[in-house]
Amino acid sequence: MLAKRIIPCLDVRNGRVVKGQQFKNIVDVNDPVVLAKRYSELGADELVFYDITASNEERDIFLDVVEKTAEEVHIPFTVGGGIRTIEDFRKVLKAGADKVSINSAAVKNPEIITEAARKFGRQCVVLSIDAKQTEDGSWHVFINGGRVDTEMDAGEWAVKGEQLGAGEIVLNAMDTDGVKTGYSVDITKAISERVRIPVVASGGAGKKEHFLEVLKNGKADAALAASVFHYGDIQIKDLKQFLYDNGVEVRRV
Amino acid sequence: MITIIDYGAGNLKNVKHAFGRLGVQAEIRSDPDTLKQSRALILPGVGAFKDAMDTLSRLNLVEPIKEHADKGKPLLGICLGYQLLYEKSFEDGEWDGLGILKGEVVPFAHDLKVPHMGWNQLIKNPNRSDPMMKNIGDEEYVYFVHSYFVKPKQEDETLFFTKYGIPFSSASRKEHVIGMQFHPEKSSETGMKLLKNFVELIP
Repeated sequence: MLAKRIIPCLDVRNGRVVKGQQFKNIVDVNDPVVLAKRYSELGADELVFYDITASNEERDIFLDVVEKTAEEVHIPFTVGGGIRTIEDFRKVLKAGADKVSINSAAVKNPEIITEAARKFGRQCVVLSIDAKQTEDGSWHVFINGGRVDTEMDAGEWAVKGEQLGAGEIVLNAMDTDGVKTGYSVDITKAISERVRIPVVASGGAGKKEHFLEVLKNGKADAALAASVFHYGDIQIKDLKQFLYDNGVEVRRV
Repeated sequence: MITIIDYGAGNLKNVKHAFGRLGVQAEIRSDPDTLKQSRALILPGVGAFKDAMDTLSRLNLVEPIKEHADKGKPLLGICLGYQLLYEKSFEDGEWDGLGILKGEVVPFAHDLKVPHMGWNQLIKNPNRSDPMMKNIGDEEYVYFVHSYFVKPKQEDETLFFTKYGIPFSSASRKEHVIGMQFHPEKSSETGMKLLKNFVELIP
């Protein structure tokens, strides 16, 4: 059976892994290549690297990290953050990434999803959606690091993204990001039922039960988390055993 | 030389790194003469079937690959490279493949999510025992990303099946032609064992 995936996410700045809380309060954690290798050995199914750098100089350092990871880590990984053009896709894929996630730039220029899918295959085009529930209860798509409300409905954008050629959706619920109160199960389920491509839940993991909830009730195909793994609150191996014991198909190593 | 065929498709470096980890130097090449002189060929690939065949033709690589297989030299097709080994694909039309192995490539026709993406299990074909299956336990996981699958004409060409709605052929072997629908270079230790088994077939 196809296993549900557990995906540690590494935010990388200036060649180091950092973790923000609700996109703020960034603290230093570790060497990304070392961490990636360790996670791979511990049973992570995939990895995500987000480039949260600002300057071109730091961008080269980031590409270097991607290249080193590809050499040493033999599980798939996605690269995101600051992807705006087809050339950006090409660069990170050439450095060794398996998939590329695109967020704000896809909202501003949806055609890029189609073009990237045509050039590199839809399997490597990941549409990352930052979503937040508004006062009337609907979920809106936010861009520019969560600062701008596009007023687009998150579910509709996910469906459109699939039609345009995305091969996977990462749904990041902004309200729960970094606060460890659990994934946003309802919106994850709603989107997972509307698209026919895999949906990765992101934002809110604090304990093992949260993973179980979103993979089972939320119908997510994968769950992404950062700080609980980086700080050792949850061991991937224990998490997988827990999920397996509770009837979720996972790859145990 | 062990050659990874470069026809503009996908992460060739990752395949090279995986062989490197086994202590095997594999080169990424696209000239027909190099292919002809190689001891073993790796045909990787992601993307569309038709585009891949068109590119192989344009680069004059179809004949060298077929000759290589005819001579009984080891050939490994990975993912789309596996599908290309067969006669025909129904990916957005009907296209001829390399025809080295007999069978067709067809889409998943169930309501599960496509692409079939992620880690899934290898189930050994009980009718096969093969050096390619060495050190592989029951139901080990490997990493897949694909929307179409291979239907070999000879069912026992299959080494491993995988279940996704239906059981399909996830790896097969006929003589020294081997194909894997999953990505061994991205399948952690299980992938390494399979690549090692392939390397051991190379004289």
